[in-house]
Amino acid sequence: MEIGERRDGNILVLRPVGRIDNDTSPDFQSRLLSGLTAGAAVLVDFSAVEYISSAGLRALMMGSKQSKAANGKLAVASLGPVVKEIFEISRFAMVVQVFDTPADALAALR
Amino acid sequence: MLIRFWGSRGSIPTPLGYRAVRAKVREALMAARGLKLDSLSPEAIDAFIANELPFSVSGTYGGNSSCVEIETGGDEYVLCDVGSGVREFGNALIAKHGPAKKSRFNVFLSHTHWDHIMGFPFFTPSYIPGNVIRIHGCHKGMRDVFIRQQSDPCFPIDFRKLGATIEFVELEPGRTYEIDGLSVKAIRQNHPSDSYGFRFSKNGKSMVYSTDSEHKFDVLTESYPFVEFFRDADLLIFDAQYSLADQISVKEDWGHSSNMVAVELAQLARVKHLVMYHHEPVFDDRMIEKVLGETRRYAEINESPQKLIVSSAYDGLEIVL
Repeated sequence: MEIGERRDGNILVLRPVGRIDNDTSPDFQSRLLSGLTAGAAVLVDFSAVEYISSAGLRALMMGSKQSKAANGKLAVASLGPVVKEIFEISRFAMVVQVFDTPADALAALR
Repeated sequence: MLIRFWGSRGSIPTPLGYRAVRAKVREALMAARGLKLDSLSPEAIDAFIANELPFSVSGTYGGNSSCVEIETGGDEYVLCDVGSGVREFGNALIAKHGPAKKSRFNVFLSHTHWDHIMGFPFFTPSYIPGNVIRIHGCHKGMRDVFIRQQSDPCFPIDFRKLGATIEFVELEPGRTYEIDGLSVKAIRQNHPSDSYGFRFSKNGKSMVYSTDSEHKFDVLTESYPFVEFFRDADLLIFDAQYSLADQISVKEDWGHSSNMVAVELAQLARVKHLVMYHHEPVFDDRMIEKVLGETRRYAEINESPQKLIVSSAYDGLEIVL
């Protein structure tokens, strides 16, 4: 899947595009985990994500676990309406920090 | 086939306390404000309860642990699990036919964890000579577990002294059996000490009873064995005890699944009706109703060629296939 990437200081910002589902979650997981090195701060900008399935959320959970084990930080921002609903249904706001905007998330991750 | 739920709660029975009952009465009265109650007929009051109150107010998802009856139209009774719900099933049977009628029962046991067998010492037909109870399951040593459950000092009546003839029948997963006119097949499930799901078919209709099963796929594909096991089922009774977040974090490896995994699996397998089962004992009726609404919404969000009906089991629910 297409995953945009930039750096804001020491923070890696990933911006996946489209659906994170059974077809695309392996790519998302692979890119997310490779970014979560020791002490790394990673923001996933969901502004271009239309949908996320349980497989995509599972990838996010693996990222959260890896981040905690490596003393890193992980946050997500800019959930669209459908993704926001899925985060609510799955109770994933209890797993990762969710911010309204990338700016809010970056401020918290610095 | 008629499917009747006698016990829908997971892990442990959860009776309503007086506070919960009082809160329901209060909510019902609040909802009735403005109605001229003294001029309403009993039928109008029944219609108000059925149509104007949410089920979490007018009813309850229930307190008994796992027990589901399959009415096959045959002479024998068929049950899935004998949690605390089987006590009420036995009492209803005796109230209907009296204790003199001798019956044959086929129990399909998902596993021997306590919440799935705890009703058996209170299953009155097991005390009546002439009744025959066959307990089918894929675990070895089922009889020993039932004996232990009813041993001194935990219970005053030894299992071996029960009046009914009780037999244990070990089934092999993957093999199809014909029992009381039903085709039955079992599948091994991921649960501490294993559990087994059962697929029942008769006259072109099929029902799957799949409780206490944790699904841990990274990516869901057609090759996942449960997709085939659930394929085109008219009814899928599915353990959806947790949220996805709980299932894959703090409660990982506890052996249960979530509502989101339920929807994804049911839709991929083209199931017609999904019934969420084995409700989390921490959840009150309002929370179970909230989860039901969210699960229906998730089924809508997921594009599926066939509409999936989603329900939450409650003690007393009946579904005709």
